[in-house]
Amino acid sequence: MKLLILFRTAITALRVNILRSFLTMLGIIIGVSAVIIMVAMGAGAQQQVDNQIKSLGGNVFFVMGSFRSSGGARTAQVVRINEDDAGLIERQVPGVEAAAPYLSSNGQVIYGNLNWSTGINGIDNRSFQVRDWEIADGREFTQQEIQSGAKVAIIGERVHKELFGISNPIGQTMRVKNFNVTVVGVLAEKGQDARGEDQDDVIFLPIKTVRNKITGVDSTNPKSVRFIQVSAYDGEDMDYIEEQMRELLRQRMRVPANADDPFRIRNVSEMIATRAETMQVFNTLLAWVASVSLVVGGIGIMNIMLVSVTERTREIGLRMAVGATPIDILRQFLIESIVLCGAGGGIGVLIAYLFVFLGNNYGIGAGGVIDTQVVFLSLGFSALIGVFFGYYPALKASQLEPIDALRYE
Amino acid sequence: MPKPLIEVRDAKKVYQMGEEKVWALKGVSLSIEQGEFVAIMGSSGSGKSTMMNLLGCLDVASEGNISLDGVDVSQLNKSELAAIRNRRIGFVFQQFNLLPRTSALDNVCLPLLYSDVPENEWPQRAEKCLQQVGLGTRMDHHPSQLSGGQQQRVAIARALVNQPLMILADEPTGALDTQTGMDVMALFGELHAEGKTIILVTHEPEIAEFAHRTLTFRDGELVADERNASPRIAQRSSV
Ligand SMILES: Nc1ncnc2c1ncn2[C@@H]1O[C@H](COP(=O)(O)OP(=O)(O)OP(=O)(O)O)[C@@H](O)[C@H]1O
Ligand SMILES: [Mg+2]
Repeated sequence: MKLLILFRTAITALRVNILRSFLTMLGIIIGVSAVIIMVAMGAGAQQQVDNQIKSLGGNVFFVMGSFRSSGGARTAQVVRINEDDAGLIERQVPGVEAAAPYLSSNGQVIYGNLNWSTGINGIDNRSFQVRDWEIADGREFTQQEIQSGAKVAIIGERVHKELFGISNPIGQTMRVKNFNVTVVGVLAEKGQDARGEDQDDVIFLPIKTVRNKITGVDSTNPKSVRFIQVSAYDGEDMDYIEEQMRELLRQRMRVPANADDPFRIRNVSEMIATRAETMQVFNTLLAWVASVSLVVGGIGIMNIMLVSVTERTREIGLRMAVGATPIDILRQFLIESIVLCGAGGGIGVLIAYLFVFLGNNYGIGAGGVIDTQVVFLSLGFSALIGVFFGYYPALKASQLEPIDALRYE
Repeated sequence: MPKPLIEVRDAKKVYQMGEEKVWALKGVSLSIEQGEFVAIMGSSGSGKSTMMNLLGCLDVASEGNISLDGVDVSQLNKSELAAIRNRRIGFVFQQFNLLPRTSALDNVCLPLLYSDVPENEWPQRAEKCLQQVGLGTRMDHHPSQLSGGQQQRVAIARALVNQPLMILADEPTGALDTQTGMDVMALFGELHAEGKTIILVTHEPEIAEFAHRTLTFRDGELVADERNASPRIAQRSSV
């Protein structure tokens, strides 16, 4: 019997009981779409991480103060790094492009009768270099403004929208906490960062302004900063630069050889990559769980095929009476099960594509990147499930004696 | 003298019912020539159906030999038996045994699925057989849209489609009323006139009157083998 006829027979048989066929396929449909979606979400997350690393310039460190240790034990004394450290790193560590000091705080910003709570960062112009910030409108701070601690601000796009709407903020005066500043620039939109935080929800003031007006001056360390962001030139050995910075800072702070670093250095892209790895492991786990549901779907197929063989015993007997060999019967039921699984797999793929399409374009569900290799793999796998779980029922059907099958009530 | 189409020698069939053995056939010998029209009669449980199933290769004898057209079928495996059923034998059952939700034409095509006949010849062949049984206008009908007599005629067309040597019918009129039964018998008469070998099982003497020869079974044994000098002939009433 030809394959084409077998497929036609199988489809006819499955159409007779269309609802049951669909319900039987459901396990495979869910399994296949889940596997593809999970893998797609994993790939999508990976891509997002890659983009984030790229948007950070790919080679950025955070340097911040930490607890000083004495005789192997941590003390409560927090060491703060300062603006001079930033200058030192920039000048003395080879491969460093720029080192930008940050003072950060947050608070209310008011314009007219609108107010908005946002992040307030004190910077000097090097930040623009380190973080690839672009000025969309207006200008950076002048050297004079930075040195004098002028009351000027550059605002993020979110703050722009919330306080000024569509009107031009440049030259306008707004209130930050308890003093007035003049807006001189607006940052280009940057979107969310790796933690999902809005990077545009921020305003920048000269670092001295923040220190004098908001955080206050630390008399023992008057130029202290919250952290320093360091960017390296492309292609530099990040581990080497990290080591150089560490030695430089230890020397500067006169840390004894056996004591821990009183500061921390974080390689940002490494941090993101680590988080991505965790996410990847989680997604792989989910994909495996989805594969298990595929197998469960296969067991459902086997169950229904067994029922179907019993129900159609007389049909099997008739087919045998008019000349079907055991192999013919085996093939018929095996193909039925493969068609069932194959169709389920196909529908599953369509659902996965739809889901990911909606996720990517309309934010419904979850976005991702579909790997065609995974699509073919899961289609093949579901056909294999059809063979595996369809074989036993088909074998049972083929082993019936024609006369018993014909007489079956 | 040519070899007979069917030759049965001392065929026995035993069913194991738990501890007990039931002898459905206790040693039957008979031979049937090509072109004969034979009725098998006997009371319920006498072994008629058992005999038919052995002749039709649906079942194998416990002891003895059966040869069809010179081939000893007791030696064949399942696939070889299937091939014989496909090419040499056409079955007609009491309960019609048509595939539900399947057109008359497709039902008639069923034996062709398992034959060597090329697919492009199937429709013509099936149509010809349906026309022969007077159902040329009902080819697209499903069994549920046909009367009992019409369904049985579809089944006869199915039995004919592979041009078998013989037609085996186990109580083909058993589920039909007298008039439709007569129509079906008229059809068998026509097929016999065309040269087909026909063997049918029946309870009813008036059905057996159509045959040219009557074999009577009792308790698993062949007890009478009579020729019918003047078989009855019926005209088919209109569809
Ligand atoms: N599968 C079976 N298992 C056990 N015993 C069987 C089986 N088939 C038939 N028999 C027994 O064999 C004997 C002959 O049965 P068979 O069906 O040949 O009778 P029959 O002449 O066709 O009867 P009826 O006119 O009622 O159809 C009966 O006693 C029956 O009980
Ligand atoms: Mg019987």
